[in-house]
Amino acid sequence: MTALPRPRALQPAWSQDAAAAFVARYEGLRGRLPGDAAAREAGAAAFAARGLPGVRDEAWHFTSLRALAETRFAEPLTPVADCAAMLARLPQTDAPRLVFVDGRFRDDLSVVPQSVSVRVGGPAYATLANPDREAMVALNTMLAGDGAAIDVAAGVDGGTLLLVSLGTGTADRPVAFHPRHSVHLADGASLTLLDVVMGEGAYWHNAVLELAIGEGATLVHLRLQDESHAAFHVSTVYADVAARGTYDSFALTLGGKWARMEVHASLSGPKAVAHLNAAQLLGGSQHADFTTVITHAAPHCASRQTVKNVLTGRSRGVFQGKIEVARDAQKTDGYQMNQALLLSPDAEIDSKPELEIFADDVKCSHGATVGELDGEQLFYLRSRGVPQAEARSMLVRAFLAEALDPIAHDAGRAMLEAAVSAWWERQAP
Amino acid sequence: MSESATLETLNAVTATPYKWGFSTDIEMDMAPKGLTEDTIRLISARKEEPAWLLAWRLEAFAVWQKMEEPDWARVKHPPIDYQDLHYYAAPKKKAGPKSLDEVDPELLRTYEKLGIPLKERAILAGVEGADGEGDRPQVAMDAVFDSVSVATTFKATLAKAGVIFCPISEAVREHPNLVQKYLGSVVPQSDNFFAALNCAVFTDGSFVYIPPGVRCPMELSTYFRINARNTGQFERTLIIADAGSYVSYLEGCTAPQRDENQLHAAVVELIAHDDAQIKYSTVQNWYPGDAEGRGGIYNFVTKRGDCRGARSKISWTQVETGSAITWKYPSCVLRGDDSVGEFYSVAVTTNYQQADTGTKMIHIGRNTRSTIVSKGISAGHSNNTYRGQVKVMPKAHGARNHTQCDSLLIGSTCGAHTVPYIESRNPTAKLEHEATTSKIAEDQLFYCRQRGLSEEDAVGLIVNGFCKDVLKELPMEFAVEAQKLLAVSLEGSVG
Amino acid sequence: MLKIEGLTASVDGKAILKGIDLVVPDGEVHAIMGPNGSGKSTLSYVLAGRDGYEVTGGSAAFDGADLLAMEPEARAAAGLFLAFQYPVELPGVNNANFLRTALNAQRRARGEAELDAVQFLKLSRAEAKRLSMPDDMLKRNVNVGFSGGEKKRNEVLQMAILRPKLAILDETDSGLDIDALKIVADGVNALRGPATSALVITHYQRLLDYIVPDRVHVLAGGRIIRSGGPELALELEASGYASVVAEAA
Ligand SMILES: Nc1ncnc2c1ncn2[C@@H]1O[C@H](COP(=O)(O)OP(=O)(O)OP(=O)(O)O)[C@@H](O)[C@H]1O
Ligand SMILES: [Mg+2]
Repeated sequence: MTALPRPRALQPAWSQDAAAAFVARYEGLRGRLPGDAAAREAGAAAFAARGLPGVRDEAWHFTSLRALAETRFAEPLTPVADCAAMLARLPQTDAPRLVFVDGRFRDDLSVVPQSVSVRVGGPAYATLANPDREAMVALNTMLAGDGAAIDVAAGVDGGTLLLVSLGTGTADRPVAFHPRHSVHLADGASLTLLDVVMGEGAYWHNAVLELAIGEGATLVHLRLQDESHAAFHVSTVYADVAARGTYDSFALTLGGKWARMEVHASLSGPKAVAHLNAAQLLGGSQHADFTTVITHAAPHCASRQTVKNVLTGRSRGVFQGKIEVARDAQKTDGYQMNQALLLSPDAEIDSKPELEIFADDVKCSHGATVGELDGEQLFYLRSRGVPQAEARSMLVRAFLAEALDPIAHDAGRAMLEAAVSAWWERQAP
Repeated sequence: MSESATLETLNAVTATPYKWGFSTDIEMDMAPKGLTEDTIRLISARKEEPAWLLAWRLEAFAVWQKMEEPDWARVKHPPIDYQDLHYYAAPKKKAGPKSLDEVDPELLRTYEKLGIPLKERAILAGVEGADGEGDRPQVAMDAVFDSVSVATTFKATLAKAGVIFCPISEAVREHPNLVQKYLGSVVPQSDNFFAALNCAVFTDGSFVYIPPGVRCPMELSTYFRINARNTGQFERTLIIADAGSYVSYLEGCTAPQRDENQLHAAVVELIAHDDAQIKYSTVQNWYPGDAEGRGGIYNFVTKRGDCRGARSKISWTQVETGSAITWKYPSCVLRGDDSVGEFYSVAVTTNYQQADTGTKMIHIGRNTRSTIVSKGISAGHSNNTYRGQVKVMPKAHGARNHTQCDSLLIGSTCGAHTVPYIESRNPTAKLEHEATTSKIAEDQLFYCRQRGLSEEDAVGLIVNGFCKDVLKELPMEFAVEAQKLLAVSLEGSVG
Repeated sequence: MLKIEGLTASVDGKAILKGIDLVVPDGEVHAIMGPNGSGKSTLSYVLAGRDGYEVTGGSAAFDGADLLAMEPEARAAAGLFLAFQYPVELPGVNNANFLRTALNAQRRARGEAELDAVQFLKLSRAEAKRLSMPDDMLKRNVNVGFSGGEKKRNEVLQMAILRPKLAILDETDSGLDIDALKIVADGVNALRGPATSALVITHYQRLLDYIVPDRVHVLAGGRIIRSGGPELALELEASGYASVVAEAA
């Protein structure tokens, strides 16, 4: 076996040390990990060459990996906990569910679906991920231990499926896990994926999801990230939408002390549609980064994005949203809105909406606003007798409603609304 | 009209040759090619500079040598060989001419072609007894020809008001205290690669000081021209508006048409004290290269204004049509409470031009306000990027920003990009950003043509309408110029 | 003035005009009525030369010249004016400046002297006054922020200033209050003369009380299915299109 290349020297020592530790972990496990060894080895080579993303990496401009790099993570032990308390927080639905604990599939906690084919027991590598470009994906590819490969056959309505990840590290022994999932919808198929991640204690969850959406197929992807407040969270989603297909997603981020969600959606066939909506509700000293790249690669496609940040305490929210329009993608219709509410003097928002356009017959726009609650609205409510706290609550909910209301899936919307309510109650002084 | 016919018109319009592309044959005093400490000593000696300035330059040079050329902008060019340039070029000085007849006729012809009026021409050429006082509109002018300022007009009138407007090399001699106090106080030597280079080798530029309470009695204007072959131009402009004063400053630039690329790396520093206002307008029309992308100026410019005082205001207005590469972010540091920063920009790129331009608004003081209006128009094979940062620091209570950023694409082989950074650390700040990208709407074009306008005129009209929010910020005479320039730049790009 | 024979046209590959025959002699005003979606606006766009409206057959002659071979601005210079059903907004483009540029472009094309700013100002003010429109309409950007009715009045103002030989008004009466309706009618009537004509597209008999047409045509399904005198409009007002369409079928 050949030795892996060393990370490039430009990175600071803490970054190089962390990268070296991950590579050493891989070298120790080499040959004993399940799944496609060639794919894994390619990921490892990419990671070893690049190391962790650095400060000069434009895609990580606002999010430093230092705290994560300075934590030494252990291998997850075979999970035995029954996780009953966490499972009780799942939405009340009789939909089938796939439960992973510390990145490993738990047969005993799962209910396998009928109309959808699922394969577990190793990483579900697919063809959409780009480990050469995304270092965290390279790392996932190198160390992935398990994942679900979900397949919906042509024309089949796969109904609703819960994909659950529970993390259970402890402060003195934080673990890291790198689940690797894929969803493939054949032409005309449909599926609603309720993607719930939560946990207790200290750990790092580094997930990759590859979503291939066939012609005329529809994937609704509703995500609740409610990780433990001691956890690190990175998830990278790749969605490829074929002609007339739809990727309709909403991601609610509440948890993690440090989180980054990155979505690469490619509209690769004519008249494909993507909705990448999200809300990040942060408090304390949380840091959460929502980064998206929507590529219009074919003509007549539409993308829509509404992203909301509500920040309290000393939290920091980051939104980076790029819309790329390729030369041939004429008649593109792209719209993005991102808004942030800063509810405390020490909160910080960094936002970078970006347009990169190479076709001329397009309509693309984005808007961004940053501010606190509208004083006039607040006064209006109070003059009508609504107490201050309630007025604030009403306005914050109204701010979020714009993003949440359009969710058509009732159980999914209920799950997200309940999580928002619980979050807001936790903030109450 | 069919799509392809439309494109043809477009190409016919955009392919108009550059009208300022002549060069002037004048005997030049040139430093040999290359950049070492000796080059810097030579520049400093030629300009009879004091020791502190030479030391300052050498410091900058040392810093520059350790720096790397920035690579984050969306511009591509072959590596620049900094040793293959002349860093000093000046028209050879003869004894001051007695009348226009004695002036080097080439120099006069140059001014004439540039549209500089006769009286100014005489003054610029240094004719004894020619005075700027007269019946002409009140625009005082400084002209920088390659590395040196050739003359400044209207000095007497300005002196009466206490305004200092002169070449910066003269200011170093005549007003050393002011220069030493302010030079590098906004853009320090280590600011960035190109600024550091400028600090080391700058040759000339304009210096303006407006005393407290004075409203500068006329527009001040500097005309920049690169003429000599293989020279870099590194001018340095320093404008200080003391408390309660006001000045409006205009700059224009052109260069001859040459096959090789020429480097222009200027630094402009503005300082506005309490209640002072500086309005800085630029019409940048450096040679953009030919239709195949050969030649043209590389324009790497650092412009920054410091709203140092309370209630001060700095506005940048730019119309950028020239240069093969534009790398330029006129910025405002809003330090004083209630200070105001503005940035109005039109950037047009055609053929193979690349523009990466925008602004930074750094809100530090309370109730600081900024406005950004950027209009990008790309045609041909060009790429046009708006890159801007709005940053609100924790103490900037009540800060406000509004940004409007629109791009227009003409033809399907160009690119338009928008890269804003919006960063707030104060909840009482309110920031709004809007950006759109579109092509000229077919229904607008048809509506105009139904009323009898040719397609070209219709495009001109729509584009001017698109840019109106910026053009209206320019001083009157300049606005007319700018509108014409827009039309000429876009001739041949209609679609 | 205008002679259309067997004109067929399609949009996006869909046939909309299915054989139009229509002659508007010099000095006459013709009205076109017809159900929604019958092709009235399509006909006006085809005559004005809009991109995307593909002529698949037939001809249209304007004062004997082949109209369909001309660029839109050449048609305008030749004297054809279209008041749009949905007037277009031109942000940042001053209305007066727009009109002067248009008028002078047309005059140039016809070999006439251009008007200078002062002459134009006099002309435009006079016309605005005659149509009892506020002066400030001329100072604003073309149609930007205008109400529906103001846009229509602005079309009529443009028509008055440009003085076309053939004016096509596509539902210029829709959305107008009673006073404005009279203004529009006055505008058209003022243009009337032995050498000018108009084609008035409308849904309402009311307008035709003020602009009495020489002929009324019913356009349905891309064809003119019936023509008659002013009384035809009254008949349609009373009984709707159904009977006429059924009769023609
Ligand atoms: N771009 C287009 N693509 C497809 N169909 C079109 C297009 N433009 C017009 N049509 C169709 O052509 C038909 C005629 O439209 P047109 O606008 O000419 O009707 P109209 O008679 O003016 O109607 P109205 O009285 O409502 O104004 C309609 O069915 C319309 O939907
Ligand atoms: Mg119609």
